[in-house]
Amino acid sequence: MRDVAIIGVGHTKFGRATRSSLELFSEAALQAMDDAGVTGKEIEALFQGAALPGFEEGQVMTAAFSAAELNLGPIPATRYEGACASASVAIRDAAMWVASGGFDIVLAGGVEKALTMGTAFATRTFAMSCHSPTEGPVGLTFPGVFAMAARRYAVEYNIPLEDLREKMAYVSIKNHRHGALNPLAQFYKKMGDLKVEDVVNARLVADPLTLLDCCPFSDGAAAIVLCAAEEARRYTDDPVYILGTGQASGCALSKMEDLTKPVSRVQSSRMAFKQAGLEPKDIDILEIHDCFTIAELIALECMGFFGWGEAAAATAEGETEIGGKIPTNMSGGLIGKGHPIGATGASQVYWIVKQMRGDAAKGNQVDPVPEYGMTDTLGGDFGTLCHLILGRSRNRSRR
Amino acid sequence: MIVMMVAGGKEQEEIEKELAMAEEYIPLTYAEYEEGLSRGKLLGLRCLSCGKITCHPMPVCQWCGSRTMERVELSGEGELLTFTVIRVAPEGFEAPYIPCLVRAIEGPILIGRLELAQGDKEASQALIGKRVKMSGTYTHEGDKFSGGAHLCPVFKIMER
Repeated sequence: MRDVAIIGVGHTKFGRATRSSLELFSEAALQAMDDAGVTGKEIEALFQGAALPGFEEGQVMTAAFSAAELNLGPIPATRYEGACASASVAIRDAAMWVASGGFDIVLAGGVEKALTMGTAFATRTFAMSCHSPTEGPVGLTFPGVFAMAARRYAVEYNIPLEDLREKMAYVSIKNHRHGALNPLAQFYKKMGDLKVEDVVNARLVADPLTLLDCCPFSDGAAAIVLCAAEEARRYTDDPVYILGTGQASGCALSKMEDLTKPVSRVQSSRMAFKQAGLEPKDIDILEIHDCFTIAELIALECMGFFGWGEAAAATAEGETEIGGKIPTNMSGGLIGKGHPIGATGASQVYWIVKQMRGDAAKGNQVDPVPEYGMTDTLGGDFGTLCHLILGRSRNRSRR
Repeated sequence: MIVMMVAGGKEQEEIEKELAMAEEYIPLTYAEYEEGLSRGKLLGLRCLSCGKITCHPMPVCQWCGSRTMERVELSGEGELLTFTVIRVAPEGFEAPYIPCLVRAIEGPILIGRLELAQGDKEASQALIGKRVKMSGTYTHEGDKFSGGAHLCPVFKIMER
């Protein structure tokens, strides 16, 4: 298998879009192609994440039409659906195809127009990635799933629920602080100075989670250009290498033995670390799937950055901020930046690449630029998990 | 003259027989499980290899993957593992309502709704760990995406 590099990245403004999904993806894709200095003729395949386009614009088979919009020719173009992890699994498969030698240069990414659907219909369609036969009639929602996980977290680690809610609030405060500094974020220049009381006293969505524990519905797209590592420097002075990838699958919520230690998340991150030959202590920056405040804590623990039950206190103490043990979601994460579900994984990769080039927004850039970064993307109620480990050099050996 | 060349092939009856056998791969269907719920019965499967109970139904044992299972009825009793009060409902549902996870005394975890005498006002963290029992079902009439109406169990806190 060959090494694979990212040579170009593109990202639309997240929030409410007036443009169609096809236009949003084209905007991100053309930006990524310009960034890489490649033309449409050089792109050999398209791997596109899009979770719910049929409900948003009555459009499925979006990848083929995106390739057509971009005049890429009759290349293979495939839509990937892994709920909120759609773009990450698209990128992972794109990397596999390049690594295998099947293609030399490909385009990958994702798009979503979830905000267009309005809250009630968006909540209904998002809930379709719950287990329909058993969770459908219950009326389970994603905030509901993570609210139940938060209550379990409090029980498992013997933390009074009100204390846990305050600690979870620090995830929202941190991610909104960085989202407010990110011009591409849905909440740019908004809510950059939240207090614990603001978060815990906001409107309840699913007890004990409030609106400020939750990421928003969003429209947006992000895209990247990948190529074989040995060719990367022909296109860019700052290639970023994909050193390890992992993917795992979950199950119906009621078949999970412990909501606070989802096996799929543990398994997927271990697969990525093993392939990269790295450990959590080697990673300098994270973009992780903070769909809800509690989700960020669970992710940090599953990936091995903190011990079980330790991420809540560590976050409250600033260990996931710049200068802490592991800066996490310096883009604003899903909470501050927005969450166009089919695009999120590509957005996470975009921001790790920007960090590695020293081009993240002022106040969000880590100094010195990170050597190794990692993304964590979750689809459904732990149904699809994907992790990508990125590095500034092809060298996998530990520092 | 046209001569049709027939090179072997499988008898239609043989293919039909294989189809009938494949249908037996599903020992308890969702429809049968829901029909059980509607009669107040919580149906599951006992594994003849490991002895553990699978519920909701799956084609293989949820614990060991074995395919030899027999139908059983669960007691409907268990321990409340967690719950939430949904305040923002999806289209087709009316908030508030209380999804919950219950560890059945027979082993598997069940998902359903929790019914509290005082409604959501009574929904405190102290309920977790309490004994519950299936008291009925909730029927979601369904929408154009759900393939008709579907049921889930409803649990009640047991008197001490």
